[in-house]
Amino acid sequence: MAKSIVQEFTKGLWAEVPPFRLVLGLCPTLAVTKSLENGVGMGVAVTFVLVCSNVLISLLRNAIPKKVRIACYIIVIATFVTVVELVMQAYAYPLFLQLGIFIPLIVVNCILLGRAEAFAAKNKVIASLADGLGMGIGFTLALAALSVFREILGNGTLTFPFIGYSIHNVLGPSFQPFVFLVQAPGAFVCLGLMLCIMNMLGKK
Amino acid sequence: MSDFLLLVISCIFVNNILLAQYLGNCPFLGVSKRMETAIGMAMAVVFVLVMAGAITWVVNTFALKALSLEYLSTLAFILVIASLVQFVEMFLKKSIPALYAGLGIFLPLITTNCAVMGVCLINIKEEYNFLQALTASFAYAVGFGLALVLFAGIRERILLARVPRPLQDTAIGLVGAGMMSLAFFAFKGMA
Repeated sequence: MAKSIVQEFTKGLWAEVPPFRLVLGLCPTLAVTKSLENGVGMGVAVTFVLVCSNVLISLLRNAIPKKVRIACYIIVIATFVTVVELVMQAYAYPLFLQLGIFIPLIVVNCILLGRAEAFAAKNKVIASLADGLGMGIGFTLALAALSVFREILGNGTLTFPFIGYSIHNVLGPSFQPFVFLVQAPGAFVCLGLMLCIMNMLGKK
Repeated sequence: MSDFLLLVISCIFVNNILLAQYLGNCPFLGVSKRMETAIGMAMAVVFVLVMAGAITWVVNTFALKALSLEYLSTLAFILVIASLVQFVEMFLKKSIPALYAGLGIFLPLITTNCAVMGVCLINIKEEYNFLQALTASFAYAVGFGLALVLFAGIRERILLARVPRPLQDTAIGLVGAGMMSLAFFAFKGMA
């Protein structure tokens, strides 16, 4: 039993890391990875919602009627998203402004509904917690990887989240930022290349 | 009148919902493999987005603002959208079966299409009046459809090309989307 919980946790980190393997939740992946700070902020918000909604849905799994289950899941998820929105507005206002409409849009992030339907509705609370945490951390790491790449090459800086420490001119003072990467087309191309790298590493 | 024309052009081309605002990317990659499904999805989105834009505007103005419950907008909007999609589905099944057969499978998918929710939130954020919100919703939806159909055309061509193995399928699709987004970037000069 203990082993399987570890497995539920670790599968989200590599084997089924959401944006790359399952190709779910692409919109925030593309939109907020302009800087490491935004990427990690978004990842933490999604992780929180994912863990809470997974646990609650797993607790309620025998009480929710099958026919209206999707609506019930959405209400649970929307409640936690509202919590995140208000907490961020109070304690992380600059990040709240940066992420903008992508915070309320966590509601329609397919990862959340996908995990609720595919996992939490069928499994026990502890396993659902592990699944949510693993998927959330996997999502955060994926966002962080993409945003480090885009921030260093596209802007020339690197800002560490939470401690507010930032390095200017990571690649030396004469480096010309590759602005293409922090704009919309760069987001698509970067994610495409990232998927390509994952495929090369994954398939032996 | 010219204001509305400007709004329409800006929503379709300059601020294209898919390629400049990064919304609705899951269906963009999911249903763009074949032209037929892309057209079906595009039509379904136009249909639902215009209605959702209008209804959420009304709900926000007359219910949430009047009771100063704006912080509940996330919850309210998603409920409105989810029930709207359900109603539209039932209505079409009963009264316009031909259209239902065409849109059928795409309708439930729209609930979690972030383009719909995103446009509703943008309408509120930009403080559009009712007519502007309706125009913007329609124009964003047309922009979504346009990008989706063009992209489906590109992907049908990619199928015929020889793509390196690790890049196959979604990866090359994303790179292609990037190129298309670059092309749409040219419209930025118009605004």
